[in-house]
Amino acid sequence: MSAKVNAALPLEYQTEQNRMNILGFWVFLGAEIVLFATLFGVYGVLDERYAGGPTQKDIFIVKDVMIQTFLLLTSSFTMGISIFEMRRSNMKGMLMWLVFTLLLGGGFLFMEIREFMHYVHEGAAMQTSAFLSSFFVLLGTHGLHVTIGIGWAILLIIQILQRGLTPVTARKAFIFGLYWHFLDVVWIFIFTFVYLQGLVM
Amino acid sequence: MGIKWDEFFVTGDPLIFASQIGIALTLVGALAGITYFKKWNYLWSEWFTTVDHKKIGIMYILLGVVMFLRGGIDGLMMKGQTAVPENDFLNAQHYNEVFTTHGVIMILFVAMPLLIGLMNFVIPLQIGARDVAFPQLNALSFWLTVSGAALFNISFIIGGSPDAGWTSYFPLAGKEFSPGIGNNFYAVALQIAGAGTLMTGINFVVTVLKMRTKGMTLMKMPMFTWTSFITSIIIVASFPIFTVALALMTFDRTFGTHFFTISGGGMDMLWANLFWLWGHPEVYIVVLPAFGMLSDIISTFARKTLYGYKSMVISIVMISVLSMLVWVHHFFTMGNSAGVNSFFSITTMAIAIPTGVKVFNWLFTMRKGRIKFTTAMFWALAFVPNFVIGGVTGVMLAMAAADYQYHNTLFLVAHFHYVLIPGVVFPIFAGLYFWWPKMFGYMLNEKIGKWHFWLFVVGFNVTFMPMFFLGLDGAVRRAYTYSAETGFGPLMMISAVGSVILAAGFAALVYNIYWSARNADRNIGNDPWDARTLEWATATPVQHYNFASLPEVTKLDAFWHMKKNDQLQPLTEDEIEEIHLPSNTWIPIYMGVVFGISGFLLVFEWTIAAGIAALGILAGLAFRSFDYDEGFHVHKDEIFETESNWRKGANKGVKNHVS
Repeated sequence: MSAKVNAALPLEYQTEQNRMNILGFWVFLGAEIVLFATLFGVYGVLDERYAGGPTQKDIFIVKDVMIQTFLLLTSSFTMGISIFEMRRSNMKGMLMWLVFTLLLGGGFLFMEIREFMHYVHEGAAMQTSAFLSSFFVLLGTHGLHVTIGIGWAILLIIQILQRGLTPVTARKAFIFGLYWHFLDVVWIFIFTFVYLQGLVM
Repeated sequence: MGIKWDEFFVTGDPLIFASQIGIALTLVGALAGITYFKKWNYLWSEWFTTVDHKKIGIMYILLGVVMFLRGGIDGLMMKGQTAVPENDFLNAQHYNEVFTTHGVIMILFVAMPLLIGLMNFVIPLQIGARDVAFPQLNALSFWLTVSGAALFNISFIIGGSPDAGWTSYFPLAGKEFSPGIGNNFYAVALQIAGAGTLMTGINFVVTVLKMRTKGMTLMKMPMFTWTSFITSIIIVASFPIFTVALALMTFDRTFGTHFFTISGGGMDMLWANLFWLWGHPEVYIVVLPAFGMLSDIISTFARKTLYGYKSMVISIVMISVLSMLVWVHHFFTMGNSAGVNSFFSITTMAIAIPTGVKVFNWLFTMRKGRIKFTTAMFWALAFVPNFVIGGVTGVMLAMAAADYQYHNTLFLVAHFHYVLIPGVVFPIFAGLYFWWPKMFGYMLNEKIGKWHFWLFVVGFNVTFMPMFFLGLDGAVRRAYTYSAETGFGPLMMISAVGSVILAAGFAALVYNIYWSARNADRNIGNDPWDARTLEWATATPVQHYNFASLPEVTKLDAFWHMKKNDQLQPLTEDEIEEIHLPSNTWIPIYMGVVFGISGFLLVFEWTIAAGIAALGILAGLAFRSFDYDEGFHVHKDEIFETESNWRKGANKGVKNHVS
């Protein structure tokens, strides 16, 4: 932990410890990529093993999926603006866009939970078939990440309100931004390889 | 769902009943002892809450040694059972449990903690740093490992041990064929420990990339640092696969999903693939740091720079890439096409190439060296021929067609013990003898060390060499007994006798630690081996801030060149600056406890209670998020005093320990 500050860099990169934390988080995202790649692999193996239960075409609702996608992709955009405002040292703007991000993320989560409940209601539960097991666990893992992200960002907002923009809070916000964009990328893969592919199978 | 209370404690077996009483008495005794000697405060503030990489390393090593005892007793029990035909010392179920826990414990709670412990202690010192990149995370890694180990170990007195082999293949490990909760212990305990290991991997990747001292380019790093770095990358690339596999196992067993089941469209081979996609790289995770330690030890005691440094680095990178491409060789016989088997046969044999390069590099390092026959060097010397036996039999097993003969026999068991014991355990012993003075300020006794060495190496060979022949004669692994007509009896008996010699060797190590702690010379200087790397440039035992001023490096074997070229400058008072260090924290040990409680409840499938306990985990994360502790500064006067003390005393009246 070096206290040396290099003021020429953006706030979140100014201390050595911050630079290490950001690199460490990138390495963590590498591990997350392996984690999701494994779940996608499992889904790819099991996605036609219906065991007499419903298929993708029977349960997917295109409109709802499009709304979820729209909400999450937009939230990634607002997250980007939030970090942009942070770089401009505009704390108010930063927090405003961060709150937008969370609202959009919350909306996504609401839609996803509703979707899951709808499926279970239709008789398509996690225990029904291998396809549905892998579907629920893949999407559930993503949804859990979004949930944790929302809780994390709320703690972050409190800290920024308490302390203002310091190298530490800026680094935390930046790392949260990386995490949030990553979830968006994962969703693009889910949208493509689960929903779109499922509809043409 | 849920487990009945009358199944809570394992009952009915006198051996287990005796251990339950033994464990209860030991626990009560330990707690009473600590209270009586008023050591709680010391333990809490010096060890339980520490973030110092050196202390965390030592705690990892302690965990590894204790688990070695447990795993070793499992091994002895198996050898006792199979020593004579039709033995009834253990019944089939008990034997299943014993070989399962033996495998899991030896790999995940012995090899890993011992290696990660040595990495923790040595790597920051070797790269001239004051700690790892994320000291609190490091403590969290350790306490999660402890939590997982504790959870796994209580399984044999509470609830029942896992019994489906350390590989836990489905469908055997599923609810249908293993209805008890033993395999839940496997899934949950390894999940917790695995999370800790993943964090260690991330921590060391960043530490090595970002915290090397001035002048230490990647190609000037000591070999142990190199191998630990590559190992950390493999950890990051492979442990998430295990995380997923174990999570899916938990889902199948506890929540009724169909990933690996036979009904519902599940696919049991999916487990085998996921398990070995992690499991094979895991072998290299344990063997690579061991190779690195050997490289440093051999070059120290051959008193030469490592031969072929660059080819060594290229080899470990190649091994790490190949490690991800060979997993199917663990199930050649399980219905793959000939094309698939051929591909994995070839990748497997290809691993022999970089490994062979390394073996020759070690031999050429020793060639024309003035070898000092210390105990550490003994282990390194014994490693080469023994490991080559493991390697050559590995190439035999790599031939898919021939593997149909060897598969699932004791030949395979002998092979991987010849890889893992000379390839991991010998180097760990070498590393312990080598770095022990750095850790504790005294050396392990060389004479008892030689006893340890000879008993262990002879015992090892007597135990496992007969198993090659038993395997070729058709003795299958994991069979709890055999009939006299098979003719396995005599070799099995020899093997059992060997295991007792092996155990005596381990006992000699324990006695050596005890004897040396009491009697060994404390006046050994900071560099008792006349060594080559930076960890020997600072005090022994190492002061908590590691280096008063960070060393500057111009060459490989930096410390050696400093000594030869008289570049070791005395430290002057005006060079000393305040040193910033992180504060202790209670959060990691708290996280270990809540993970343990939550995991325990999940094992018993009390999911609601487990969920409530998991709120404690979230609370811990929140505490950490709001923790803005800035650490503290070590004052100049304190540094000056510490430094002058050890530098003044250094080398005064110190015997040369290696001549």
